[in-house]
Amino acid sequence: MGTHLPATEFDGTAVDDQREADAEAVMGEPPAQMVQLLGPDGKLGFDPVYTGYAEKLTPEKLQGLYADMAAIRRFDVEATALQRQGQLALWVPLTGQEAAQIGSGGASQPQDYIFPTYREHGVALTRNVDLAELLRQFRGVSNGGWNPKDTNFHLYTLVLAAQTLHAVGYAMGIQRDQKLAASSAAASQAAGTESEAAKPNAAVIAYFGDGASSEGDVHESMVFASSYNAPVVFFCQNNHWAISVPTNVQTRVPLSNRAKGYGFPGIRVDGNDVIAVHAVTEWALEHARQGKGPVLIEAFTYRVGAHTTADDPTKYRESAEEDAWRAKDPLARLEKYLRSEGLADEAFFAKVKADGDELAAYVRRTTHDLETPDIRSAFANTYVEAHPLVAEELAWFEAYSAGFAGEEPAEERHAVTAQASQKAGH
Amino acid sequence: MTTMTIAKAINEGLRAALTDNPKSLLMGEDIGALGGVYRVTDGLIREFGSDRVVDTPLAESGIIGTAIGLALRGYTPVCEIQFDGFVFPGFNQITTQLAKMHARSNGNLTVPVVIRIPYGGGIGSVEHHSESPEALFAHTAGLRIITPSNPHDAYWMIQQAVECQDPVIVFEPKRRYWLKGDVDVESPGRADDPFKAHVLRVGTDATIVAYGPLVPVALAAANAAEEDGRSVEVIDLRSISPLDFDTVTASVEKTGRLIVAHEAPTFGGIGGEIAARISERAFHSLEAPVIRVGGFHMPYPVAKVEEDYLPDIDRILEALDRALSY
Repeated sequence: MGTHLPATEFDGTAVDDQREADAEAVMGEPPAQMVQLLGPDGKLGFDPVYTGYAEKLTPEKLQGLYADMAAIRRFDVEATALQRQGQLALWVPLTGQEAAQIGSGGASQPQDYIFPTYREHGVALTRNVDLAELLRQFRGVSNGGWNPKDTNFHLYTLVLAAQTLHAVGYAMGIQRDQKLAASSAAASQAAGTESEAAKPNAAVIAYFGDGASSEGDVHESMVFASSYNAPVVFFCQNNHWAISVPTNVQTRVPLSNRAKGYGFPGIRVDGNDVIAVHAVTEWALEHARQGKGPVLIEAFTYRVGAHTTADDPTKYRESAEEDAWRAKDPLARLEKYLRSEGLADEAFFAKVKADGDELAAYVRRTTHDLETPDIRSAFANTYVEAHPLVAEELAWFEAYSAGFAGEEPAEERHAVTAQASQKAGH
Repeated sequence: MTTMTIAKAINEGLRAALTDNPKSLLMGEDIGALGGVYRVTDGLIREFGSDRVVDTPLAESGIIGTAIGLALRGYTPVCEIQFDGFVFPGFNQITTQLAKMHARSNGNLTVPVVIRIPYGGGIGSVEHHSESPEALFAHTAGLRIITPSNPHDAYWMIQQAVECQDPVIVFEPKRRYWLKGDVDVESPGRADDPFKAHVLRVGTDATIVAYGPLVPVALAAANAAEEDGRSVEVIDLRSISPLDFDTVTASVEKTGRLIVAHEAPTFGGIGGEIAARISERAFHSLEAPVIRVGGFHMPYPVAKVEEDYLPDIDRILEALDRALSY
């Protein structure tokens, strides 16, 4: 397989190719180079920079990447089914983007902090977030669901791109922590006392999509990251569709090219190639942790399913396009590679399938049990410190609720009254 | 006791906060070498360095958004928004992210960000430099909003905002930045709670509630009324959210008449909220409707006519006459 394939040779959608080529011609720039190591045919190529990172992936790690991609795809199917059964209000499917998410999240280290958008279920899996907890938001029992401090995986953010600024601010905090630790260590040394063991350097990943790339907050976050050389990796999953609007409405140049304007590296990677995504992200995180500043990664991938379970892609795109991308399936190509290289046997794939079914059963079971909170917890969590208005409204609510002690709910009461009125001839 | 201006008091308050809390930092446009367009942060970058007094790129959403990230990492950022009318590019980050983070994380995350906003008119400035947008933020749960009217309060309230674990917006009355007064830097005294209103002048015939830049105007109106034999109580609200209804209610139960004055337009404003709450809490004490004195329902007018827009002593006295005519 070739390396740094031009996007135009790779992209299965002829119309997109042409638009992008036109745009590049306008800009007088060559087509964006795309890092690809594992092609759709399951053969491993070479890249002068990233092959070195790919070679660090042991057979066990490669099996793990496959198992995680398979698990999250199975989870996606299950969550979609739960939505169809009315158990979830909404689901945001990720199918097609498994490699982009498992590869990038899998390259992060525990001390790194991740700011997802709202489709990063695969990244959540790599950070050991309980997938049942992840469903709380979609079942309507929490606006968060998990404690980000447990896994360094932040809450989903639904206001597009708002989290990219939080990521940069967090990275600015990491920079200050390092300086405080250094001055504290120097003080300890001067005083002859023992200093705290140095913590490993950390970096931040900010996820967003091709649609969100148009938001002003992405621009501002890249300006701030660049100005302060913040240890942050911007990870853009270009899945080609912002609900119904194609990427070419958001940009006339490859999104990775935008990094140039901010003065840091931008890399387009085959987002369906988990090995390349892992390698590129590992490089970018190292770059950031070493104090060399931000990196933008554009993972070139495709949202095979709908935007959400409320969406209908048949209204705005051709099934031929979806078929073209299915041919580049991230799981199929890694499976081909693992089998052809003898890195995984039939028993491995059978176990992956069985584990997936077990995960699905766990998710089904726990979703039904997800506890509906008491609205009193909303009163309690609006402010950290005591607040007289909240206290007053809670007291009113308690008194009001107490007035209904032993009574049936209002809807039933009114229904009975209406029936009685009818009987009385009103 | 030390005499200083409100601007200097905030400067000293910030210096004390930066000294007391090594995780606190200031961020904003031109707050470093220049010391801010109003010089409120003057000299602080020399003392604390550019990691703790941060000149940011010119982007308000960026300032608030990165402040949220810093807070998530354990820092306490104090953001300066250069002028009231320029907060709106950051409005999304304040209302959809900052205000809600504690609630949506089920109490797991705290974001103790402070946002300083010079506000209000009367300085003869250009468009977007004289507005009073406090009601837009007061309507958002999760935020606390305070506004000092004198140097002593300014010195302590900025420090109390930094100590508070909730997000706090400090609206600073920009036309009073040069107002001088005594500051007790040893003790806040009765200013120990930034969310409590203060009765500044005791009276029996009517109550005037004001905050920020209109507090001196309300006091002057009360003094003028006294010459006509009217005894007027004046309350400095100090905090807009939460709002100290107990202090206002107690006053109205005594005086029976209430006038609320603010520069912001009256429609949908803080005065309306006070009128509604007081009519519930002190209905039988009221001798007259609660009367609001404030801006008109129009964009803040051009500088040459702002005197006709801003509530002044006569506008408050006219409202007082109406209240007393019932």
